[in-house]
Amino acid sequence: MSEVRSLIVDDSSVMRKIVERSLRQAGLENLVVFEAGSGTDGLELLKTQQVDLILSDINMPSMDGLEFLRQLRAQNLAPGVPVVMITTESSEEHVKQAILSGAQGYIRKPFTAEQVKERVLPLLNAA
Amino acid sequence: MQVNGVRAASIVRQRGGGQKEMERAMTLSLRESVHLISDPMNLDATVEEVFQMMLGVNSRRYEGPVEIAEPESVTAVVGFGGLLSGACVFRSGASAAIKIAAHMTGMEFVEIDDTVKDGIGEICNMLAGSWKGKVPDLAANTGLSVPAVITGRDYKIHVQAPEFQLHHTYQFDDASFEVTIICDGLQ
Repeated sequence: MSEVRSLIVDDSSVMRKIVERSLRQAGLENLVVFEAGSGTDGLELLKTQQVDLILSDINMPSMDGLEFLRQLRAQNLAPGVPVVMITTESSEEHVKQAILSGAQGYIRKPFTAEQVKERVLPLLNAA
Repeated sequence: MQVNGVRAASIVRQRGGGQKEMERAMTLSLRESVHLISDPMNLDATVEEVFQMMLGVNSRRYEGPVEIAEPESVTAVVGFGGLLSGACVFRSGASAAIKIAAHMTGMEFVEIDDTVKDGIGEICNMLAGSWKGKVPDLAANTGLSVPAVITGRDYKIHVQAPEFQLHHTYQFDDASFEVTIICDGLQ
């Protein structure tokens, strides 16, 4: 697979590293990672950087992941780029909310690299 | 965050739920599920799952005395709000916290720095989320706070008369840690 430019939005630097490692273990060796510690920082970054994939936590202080997603769509940033939400929230209602807000995928924490592969690679192949 | 049926219905309305869903939220109670929610096996399964998936280690419940031997310890707290209010509390000594963070990140640590605290907060967040996910009505009607992490020496945590409490100690390798679920309100 050619270069994949990914934005990982999570207030936890540890989780950003774990998500990056999981993407590499999923076979995305030619990965360029941009990190944002908040939804606001993620939106700012997308004004100057083009990405192929966005992974975002939901439960974050100040701007949560769903609001980040709504702002992303409202500001028409990264149009057509698949967004995968990563969260500890596990109910069907939360999954529905994420999809209604414009996410293409959903990964529940805790997760394995295999689960990341199953959710992310089809989205990249379809894009 | 105090949430009752009215508040739950308000959450449903904000999510665009229909009349039937609103009526269900108005009448939903977790009291009938309290035997499932307070089942100690759910907590054990949660801890095993989180540690296996995120650290790649097998953790097991330890039935010995619950005491952190080291003076310096790390405590992470994630609050529950909604039909259940309370908290998930993770606590370990400094060396176990460092070991957990090292397994999570593949990095080496010599002290409890911000990355270790961040990692312990995330572990607590995943424990809280996975635990409530074991009971669907609890998962759908209880939210999580962002984690708070406390470090220090020789401190004790006091909880005033909870509705119920699960307090277990676990081990992996030679490290031990405690996980406590405190329920101080159940609608």
